Amino acid sequence: MKCLVTGGNVKVLGKAVHSLSRIGDELYLEPLEDGLSLRTVNSSRSAYACFLFAPLFFQQYQAATSGQEALRCKILMKSFLAVFRSLATVEKTVEKCCISLNGRSSCLVVQLHCKYGVRKTHNLSFQDCESLQAVFDPALCPHVLRAPARVLGEAVLPFPPALAEVTLGIGCGRRVILRSYQEEEADSTVKAMVTEMSIGEEDFQQLQAQEGVAITFCLKEFRGLLSFAESANLSLSVHFDAPGRPAIFAVKDSLLDGHFVLATLSESDLHSPALCSPELHRLAPPLQAHSTPHLDDFASDDIDSYMIAMETTADSEGSRAVPSIPLSPGLRPPCSPGPFSEDHEAEPSTEPGTPPPKKFRSLFFGSILAPVHSPPGPSPVLAEDSEGEG
Amino acid sequence: MKFRAKIVDAACLNHFTRVSTMIAKLAKTCTLRISPEKLNFVLSDRVASGGVSMWCELEQENFFSEFQMEGISAENNAIYLDLTAENLSRALKTAQNARALKIKLTNKHFPCLTVSIELLSVSSSSRVVTHDIPVKVIPRKLWKDLQEPTIPDSDVSIYLPVLKTMKSIVEKMKNISNHLIMEANLSGELNLKIETELVCITTHFKDLGNPPPASEDASQERPPEQMAEVHVDIRKLLQFLAGQQVNPTRAVCRQLKGSHTFHRGAGRLSARPPWSGAQDGPGAHLTGTENYLVSNKIVHFDLLHEDVSLQYFIPALS
Repeated sequence: MKCLVTGGNVKVLGKAVHSLSRIGDELYLEPLEDGLSLRTVNSSRSAYACFLFAPLFFQQYQAATSGQEALRCKILMKSFLAVFRSLATVEKTVEKCCISLNGRSSCLVVQLHCKYGVRKTHNLSFQDCESLQAVFDPALCPHVLRAPARVLGEAVLPFPPALAEVTLGIGCGRRVILRSYQEEEADSTVKAMVTEMSIGEEDFQQLQAQEGVAITFCLKEFRGLLSFAESANLSLSVHFDAPGRPAIFAVKDSLLDGHFVLATLSESDLHSPALCSPELHRLAPPLQAHSTPHLDDFASDDIDSYMIAMETTADSEGSRAVPSIPLSPGLRPPCSPGPFSEDHEAEPSTEPGTPPPKKFRSLFFGSILAPVHSPPGPSPVLAEDSEGEG
Repeated sequence: MKFRAKIVDAACLNHFTRVSTMIAKLAKTCTLRISPEKLNFVLSDRVASGGVSMWCELEQENFFSEFQMEGISAENNAIYLDLTAENLSRALKTAQNARALKIKLTNKHFPCLTVSIELLSVSSSSRVVTHDIPVKVIPRKLWKDLQEPTIPDSDVSIYLPVLKTMKSIVEKMKNISNHLIMEANLSGELNLKIETELVCITTHFKDLGNPPPASEDASQERPPEQMAEVHVDIRKLLQFLAGQQVNPTRAVCRQLKGSHTFHRGAGRLSARPPWSGAQDGPGAHLTGTENYLVSNKIVHFDLLHEDVSLQYFIPALS
């Protein structure tokens, strides 16, 4: 195999490798007829990422020497990333990048031709491997949304970089909602801040999903593709299905396409309240400039019932009983049991060396990792605070 | 108990964000006191255990275009909330390009301060960011520990030099020793000194000026050249200085003669610093608790950032 990348495409390749490094520790490189494929998967098999660079992306592309079978190899991500470590330097100094692999040598050779005649050669040892294939088809997903990467980049800006998971869904008024997702802590005295971003339908190039659908996935992994899409100024599309089914994030242009397939939390694991609630209804119309507040408006903000309960239990130091919140009529339960819920609770995890579980299900080979904690019973209807003013 | 406020002016929003960022640098969790005229960030009752205390005050009408609150009752028209300062700071930082910002006290399975931000957007639709900051409502019986401090007499009070300069010096000194000696006199001289076995380093600030004395007698007693000295933990001083991103409009440092009554009851040691609102009569001292009267110095920083006042108390090392 021999590929030659020149000019600005070297940085694009480097950026793709950076994105892939957010997912997995091993890079699967496979030269195909229709281009060079770089793939990776994470250790818990809950995230898969793949970039395919078309032959036209390269100044020269030779998948296999005639008569020989195309070689596949698996390299340590760390090693390949080291070649493109500093993208700023790559952009400034590298003129050409040549990746070659021949059957005799045991090394993948990456050679950077830089300015002033400097040539850097990296010999990366590899392992032969099977082709890494994930089974997914964006066309099978009923829900799609697509927006310029910039819009999605702005959408995730309010969320802290450390936030692990986020819920994406369609709220009332066809607004796209992103909300931080926190797993319920055993120590419920320390609560985390919840952040929510709401974007109008008009900012999306395509929005094919009903109100109320939502998926929860790993934000950190998504950021990997998002940063690539932002730097390449591409649109990013999200194809998703019911909670628990993997979500497919895709970017595409004439020379390359990228897919990130991420597992989503299944319904029985979800704790967050419904996205479509009376509160969100009021976000849809543009907020009015100066409405005279009515006394009634405060009634719904009143937390006196909480205060009263506190004073009666205030004698015992430390523990404060939180009273059960009265259910507000008219709100429907946030989730109905999904196809994966009760049946698989008791199934013990038989896979050796299963990493500490997130509750994500494996995407591959039909296996389903059982969650360690049996999911709690149907979460109580959470009475949203209703805002008084329009 | 209700609270609702709105900011529409960009400058007010930036100022409020800067205040919250400063508070987040000074305290991990603190109390937010909401009253009809003011907002206060309070860190209190820690001086006894060697911790710092803080009282930050701002007039609500300098920031909010709308401000409505109702305390627990008409006689006790205030709301006291415990929150993680960084949450508020982070929430406000996302309001960089906001058209309007609203803060409300809400109850979403637990009490929250909900910050709702309407962002400017190129497209016709608005974008809204909402943050629900969990808060803990403080019951009225604990309010007395969270009142405005009364400042006792000081040995010396002096205007501070540019805080950034002070910070860079203290930062370097921290590498050598944790024990810092602050000396000041009524001639506008301030020394920061560290002493170890091998080395003694002093930085001298001159011509700083002294604020006018509180009472006539105090100024006459003391010779202007005489230094008053106090020993503090350098890390506490550094944390305070690091919190000041912008140089304040006015900065005064006082060395206070603190007097603390330590009450030991039920195995819990607590101190009631001079600023307790409730003045317990002698009766309280006889209810089976042991009392120790300890005279210890406190360093008091009195800053004014435009229209926001900050008082910060660092106890002296014994």
